[in-house]
Amino acid sequence: MDNNNLILGLQDKAKSFRRDIIEMLYKSQSGHPGGSLSAVDILTALYFHKMHVDPKKPDLPGRDRFVMSKGHATPGLYTVLAGKGFFPREELWHFRQINSLLQGHADINIPGVEASTGSLGMGLSFGNGLAMAKKIDKLHHKIIVLMGDGEQQEGQVWEAAMTASHHKLDIIAIIDKNGIQNDWFVNETKIVDPLPDKWRAFGWHVEEGDGHDMHSIVSTLDKLWGMQGPRIAIFHTVKGKGVSFMENNPEFHGRAPNQEEYRKAMEELK
Amino acid sequence: MEKIATRDGFGKGLLELGKKNPNVVSIEADLGKSTKSILFAKQFPDRNFNVGISEADMMLVSCGLAASGKLPFASTFAIFTERAFEQIRNAVCRMNLNVKIIGSHAGLITGEDGSSAQCIEDIAVFRTLPHMVVISPADAVQAEKAVEAMAGHHGPVYMRLTREKVPVLYNDNHKFIIGRGDVLREGKDVTIIAHGPQVYESLEAADELAKEGINARIINMSTIKPLDENLVLRAAQETGAIVTAEDHSIIGGLGGAVAECLVSSYPTPLERVGLHDTFGESGKPMDLYKKYGLTSGDIAQAARKAIKRKK
Repeated sequence: MDNNNLILGLQDKAKSFRRDIIEMLYKSQSGHPGGSLSAVDILTALYFHKMHVDPKKPDLPGRDRFVMSKGHATPGLYTVLAGKGFFPREELWHFRQINSLLQGHADINIPGVEASTGSLGMGLSFGNGLAMAKKIDKLHHKIIVLMGDGEQQEGQVWEAAMTASHHKLDIIAIIDKNGIQNDWFVNETKIVDPLPDKWRAFGWHVEEGDGHDMHSIVSTLDKLWGMQGPRIAIFHTVKGKGVSFMENNPEFHGRAPNQEEYRKAMEELK
Repeated sequence: MEKIATRDGFGKGLLELGKKNPNVVSIEADLGKSTKSILFAKQFPDRNFNVGISEADMMLVSCGLAASGKLPFASTFAIFTERAFEQIRNAVCRMNLNVKIIGSHAGLITGEDGSSAQCIEDIAVFRTLPHMVVISPADAVQAEKAVEAMAGHHGPVYMRLTREKVPVLYNDNHKFIIGRGDVLREGKDVTIIAHGPQVYESLEAADELAKEGINARIINMSTIKPLDENLVLRAAQETGAIVTAEDHSIIGGLGGAVAECLVSSYPTPLERVGLHDTFGESGKPMDLYKKYGLTSGDIAQAARKAIKRKK
């Protein structure tokens, strides 16, 4: 596939996943649209361009491991996993309902989900453990951990950053830097910047990119894939990307669209 | 009587397990010299990771290792395992991963470091977590044997250890079985159920009571969860009075577990020896045991009280 076709294909997929995100949130009337829409382009590129996984064999020994540390943004993850074929797309419409497969926050019992998360700050440490096991067994699969920028306020993130660089672990971290956390804007809550300088100071190789420009995402991930050791991509994103009234709006961190908002969003995502 | 600290038993047990099982990995947080995981670390440096003073990180690192098929033992002071309580709750237990957590330097018996280090609520908090097994060995032999038993149990286990040397009660033939209490002395008038250093104190209490013609049954309850309920209920039915004894808060520890068991199935007079909603302080271990009521004499007194309450 030439590069342009690859990019167009990924863009198309991401758009359909955005529709699924809105659909599942509307049906469940519960969940987190903002951080799902900001991360979905990155997730699409990971699962449909970079990662070696087999939806028919979710426990394939040599598979790449993806850890969703921002474990509340499950609509983004679940739509992509369903698109990849880990479970039927129909499951999306039962998200957060009793007796359903798709738990509100990421759960290891769901095919394709590598770690139960939902409490911020834990994913990178989990990835470190995966990387240590990989080191002991001299394996070469990739370990990728996606965090939020608000999540950088968790002290454990920095414990993990030190552990990875001290033990020279082979791990890829990604930050979905959408600038908004639960209550309000990150910059007005507790400043996490300058993130590139901080991560460099902690011994990581840092790349930056535009988390909604598929060219930028693909080239950044390609670059990190060719490297070793602890490395991180900080993707600049927009919370709620793709739905005008959700974009950059703290209200849609954790609220599902009502009927009118749903209609409007689906119209915009045609 | 020979005395060895349970942490030494653990260190030896981990080293031996490491020799037999290549999946065993040790995770340290700068306290390997104290918890004795250092014995493993020296022998197997490639299977030992020191994450520094980062207990939250340590628990999730262990989860990642367990999710990769490894058998991680994360050891630190008991009090610092509590620092990572939510990590243990939300990651180790929620994913039901094969992570073994070692909390050393538990209880007032930690002594001179004082209340910040004297962990007296770990059993209570970890007992509440789904999937979690909670162990407190009575001597170094049990601690050593428990390591193997932990490896044979798939899922999270917390083992509580002590810094101070305690009398050796078992010989090398001992087999540690998770979930099974051990009757160390038969008796018909009262049953004293203990874990950790209070097992020896209870045996001493039984000697004291025997002089008064009181026959006390002594149970070493080295697994607090799952509790050996059959053994507790049989003791309640056969002796009619129960005492629990532990270097832990009376709230939620073995005393709490036994109370829950009795009240649900066979209400019986129960006296709980332990910390009464208070922190400890600096001092020599035995002086602290005297001041805070954790000695054999206190246990004997509790037994007399429990017997008086029989109807």
